[in-house]
Amino acid sequence: MYTQALDIPPGEQPKRTPDAVENAAYQAEFDARIDAGATIEAKDWMPEAYRKTLVRQISQHAHSEIVGMLPEGNWISRAPSLKRKAILLAKVQDEGGHGLYLYAAAETLGVSRDELTEALLSGKAKYSSIFNYPTLNWADVGVIGWLVDGAAIMNQIPLCKCSYGPYARAMVRVCKEESFHQRQGYDALLAMMSGTDEQRELVQDAVNRWWWPSLMMFGPHDADSPNSGQSMRWGIKRISNDDLRQKFVDATVKQAEVLGVTLPDDELKWNEARGHYDFAAIDWDEFWNVVNGHGQCNVDRLAMRVKAWDDGAWVREAAVAHAEKQAAREKAAA
Amino acid sequence: MGATAMTSTNPAHLEYVLRLGDAALIHGQRLSEWCGQAPVLEEDLALANMALDFVGQARMLLSHAGTLEGKGRDEDTLAFLRHEGQYRNPTLCEMPNTDFAHTMIKGFLLGSFNLLMWSRLCGSSDKALAAIAAKSLKEARYHAEHTGDWVIRLGDGTEESHRRAQAALDMLWPYTNELFAANPTDDAAAAAGVGPAWSDLAEDWEKAVLPVLKHATLTVPARTPFQTYGKFGRHSEHLGHLLAVMQHLPRSFPGATW
Amino acid sequence: MERKEWPLWEIFVRSKNGLDHKHCGSVHATDARMALQVARDVYTRRQEGVSIWAVKASDIVASDPDAKPELFDPAEDKIYRHPTFYKLPDEVDHM
Repeated sequence: MYTQALDIPPGEQPKRTPDAVENAAYQAEFDARIDAGATIEAKDWMPEAYRKTLVRQISQHAHSEIVGMLPEGNWISRAPSLKRKAILLAKVQDEGGHGLYLYAAAETLGVSRDELTEALLSGKAKYSSIFNYPTLNWADVGVIGWLVDGAAIMNQIPLCKCSYGPYARAMVRVCKEESFHQRQGYDALLAMMSGTDEQRELVQDAVNRWWWPSLMMFGPHDADSPNSGQSMRWGIKRISNDDLRQKFVDATVKQAEVLGVTLPDDELKWNEARGHYDFAAIDWDEFWNVVNGHGQCNVDRLAMRVKAWDDGAWVREAAVAHAEKQAAREKAAA
Repeated sequence: MGATAMTSTNPAHLEYVLRLGDAALIHGQRLSEWCGQAPVLEEDLALANMALDFVGQARMLLSHAGTLEGKGRDEDTLAFLRHEGQYRNPTLCEMPNTDFAHTMIKGFLLGSFNLLMWSRLCGSSDKALAAIAAKSLKEARYHAEHTGDWVIRLGDGTEESHRRAQAALDMLWPYTNELFAANPTDDAAAAAGVGPAWSDLAEDWEKAVLPVLKHATLTVPARTPFQTYGKFGRHSEHLGHLLAVMQHLPRSFPGATW
Repeated sequence: MERKEWPLWEIFVRSKNGLDHKHCGSVHATDARMALQVARDVYTRRQEGVSIWAVKASDIVASDPDAKPELFDPAEDKIYRHPTFYKLPDEVDHM
């Protein structure tokens, strides 16, 4: 999975609607349950803003999985061995599966998958901007597994304990499968690093391109995400963007060493006092540019999803038409 | 290693296994092209599952072919480093996806064939091949069922889906002639108990395929003398492009391991 | 053209014989066979199951969460239904 911590727009802040006032007792009970760490289930009463925030976050997350199939899918037909082809195909298929689990979780909140898909295809819904970068050589596939999935795992493990039951359960399932993703990526890179000089160059080139975008996946600095507080309060978010990012950097430095690649940051060094690695400032202009549609692949990725959906319309209609005919025939025969 | 001991002195034996291996390889490659592009998410996963089954079969069969040949070629050498004319898959496998109807019709025609093939090969005198067949047979049942269901849905769905399914059938049906064309390799392989002559499967294949096509309200094209020769190494123009993509990395980095 | 969404099916998987079918999520499918086939592809990619149930979501009758008190609370004081209610001598307490 590939969550990216995105802000809750101000319009979605919980507000005192007449409905909420009427439901003050429910609200109090809801708050008490959240505070007690209880799980909210689909049919339980919930504040509208909580529901909307969940729909947005879960569907963004699902969209990210679906769009995330494309950059790696780009290499399935060119995988360099049959073993790697099978692994990559299984991995990208898993991402589709994760998207499906997550759409199913979102649907428990009263939205349909078609509505969510439409929001993605019309450009209204966001997905993780990491997928708007191109995959330029075979090592990109390994680096995505190692760094991008690695960052995603950091983000998603806390979500297994999020307050909304169907989302938390979907995330447990996703997490179980995700560690295979990171390991296969690292394994593919190890194989290349113990190969020829040319192969090692491919790996370093890919690391250089994916390192900073991976750090951006954790979202803006805590100081710049004023609405994270609400998600924390609701138990939809458990650990802050900066804390997760630091955890990721700390874990990755050693892995890079073992692999024999250089992370593209001259300022990256151990800070004894903090007990963490220091790293250079992130280029947030680049982040917002890509989020706002100006990444190299924003247009291509969406166009590909739109094409798949449009090309498939007649197939989806045919299945419905056939089921209706069958039902009518069975009725007539009864 | 027992590789030398298992080397076959019967060239038809190797040729026969290569046909099976290449058919799985090329069909799997085509199916994998759907990944991320299917009409609905559920079907994306189903297509990927089938592609994975075929890639898996190709790995086992090509490894086995390498052993039979006894020249040290492994699954990847065979999959990636042969020239076009050395591939032995039936031409039908390499036909482009074109649209979902083509993929399902092709998957069904081939899937029904594979189902018969694997059930016969479970009794092969080649024990390694029999073991591969036992595993592949289970997969083939699902493939034939899944694609067969779709053929019916598309044929008996909307006007457009019927038109597309019929067009795909008209286009691909003539390529099934090749599956059943008699040839000396098959005769020798059958005589050695390696597996059935493919021509022997024709009748059972029609018995399996025709009722589904009828249920799908599709018109079965009349047999024509159209012939293709993929399993003899003379392919359509499509295969070269498929191979150019598939072989790109191993050809660009000779000697590299991945 | 009028667009129709594929119906939703809830999927239950028995992970091995001897265990209950457990709810694991949902899929969209236009008929029962398709629901079972895709459920197999979606929810048992890692041999997670030996048996699958697919139930049309619209056919499921669920209890009302607001009715929880009358449905479930009455069981609250029937603690004698739980094995822990019975204090047995240590020697036989594994019963």
